Amino acid sequence: MDIALIQRIFPYFLEAAGVTVVISFLAFVLGMVLAAALTAMRLSRSRALRFAGTAYVSVFRGTPCLVQLFLLYFGGPQIGINLSPFTAGWIGLGMNIAAYMAESMRGAILAVDNGQREAARTIGFGRARTMWLVILPQAARLMIRPLGVNTVALIKGSSLVSAISVIDLAYTAQRYISSTYKPFEVFTVAALLYMLIVIVVTMLVRLADRRFAID
Amino acid sequence: MQGLDFTVLVEYLPFLAWGAWWTALISVLAGFLSFGMGVVFAVALLYAPAVIRAPVAGFMWLFMGTPLLLQLFLIYFGLVQIGIDIPAIWSGVIGLGLHYAVYNADILRAGIASIDKGQTEGSRSLGFGRLQTLRYVVVPQAVRLTLPPIGSNMIALLKESSLVSVIGIAELVNAAQLGISSTFRPFEFYIAVAAIYYLLNLLLEGVLALIEKRVEATK
Repeated sequence: MDIALIQRIFPYFLEAAGVTVVISFLAFVLGMVLAAALTAMRLSRSRALRFAGTAYVSVFRGTPCLVQLFLLYFGGPQIGINLSPFTAGWIGLGMNIAAYMAESMRGAILAVDNGQREAARTIGFGRARTMWLVILPQAARLMIRPLGVNTVALIKGSSLVSAISVIDLAYTAQRYISSTYKPFEVFTVAALLYMLIVIVVTMLVRLADRRFAID
Repeated sequence: MQGLDFTVLVEYLPFLAWGAWWTALISVLAGFLSFGMGVVFAVALLYAPAVIRAPVAGFMWLFMGTPLLLQLFLIYFGLVQIGIDIPAIWSGVIGLGLHYAVYNADILRAGIASIDKGQTEGSRSLGFGRLQTLRYVVVPQAVRLTLPPIGSNMIALLKESSLVSVIGIAELVNAAQLGISSTFRPFEFYIAVAAIYYLLNLLLEGVLALIEKRVEATK
């Protein structure tokens, strides 16, 4: 193990880890917003909206994230969408993870006991108020863990943006592996930083889960 | 801005089909590897002495916490450095297989642990050895129990096999990239590639449903 090399390349990796964190965070926010919209569509009374929501989830979960990123970044200009690698990266990742997050949200909402809805409706709550005041507060707690799993997958999956030349952790690792011929040292540094990000996020999820847990 | 023209794809269809064939082949090989190694890891975690268990647990922790892409780089560029020169295609199969073996092992371990102790005791008292008990009694029941989550890992594996294009393996994404380099039509090609993956996915889901049905019937 070449410690001197690790010390020399570490600052560049720290910077790249920052890119990975920022791109994952932006994708997370976009993913949550889109997923909430998709979930609303899939639970709505309009058949067209339900179909559109289900189709989105099916297509984005049924095709590889890498292909979606390539389609957006390389194919986008053909239909007038010109994005920088960074922008294409977080939008692509966000649109992809939204499909998985929508599944988590829907699962949590359906997991709330039906008696809750029936009781709320019986005492005169409308559909919207039942959802807002009775179902969602209970479902929100059930969502934390699955959404946490999605987020960890998102962080690891963010490495794919290296393939559209975003200079993130994976891109930096690949560059240093081919320039230093020390793959194990480079892998160790990159792996440690990914692990660190994942561990911090896992701890945050656990904290949120405990804070809102139904005892 | 040029208009879209999907007719360019017609000429390249055999080419894409050839890429899809390689994607399927790599996924099947990696799928079997991920299942076999998943069982080995799970059994090692539960029954092996600490000297074996600790490195397996460490390896699993490392492979779960880091991206597949990084692991592929390590296997493809890294093993050459220590004198192990394996062709790109096998690097891809091994990388994909090991990555999902870790996830399968996590599921299988829980499955094996949930099998009633009486099964082991019964089998042992009938004269089966420890390994035989695992091989013929415990593991088959655990596999049956954990089939649905392992199936969704296989579906994820099929999609993630697209990553091996990054280390230069000629599969579906790579085939599309070659087509794009001579037609300059990425949009049409990636739409076609997405559609092919979607179909492969449906096919795999069908196969998994069939397997689950058959296994269900033997219960």
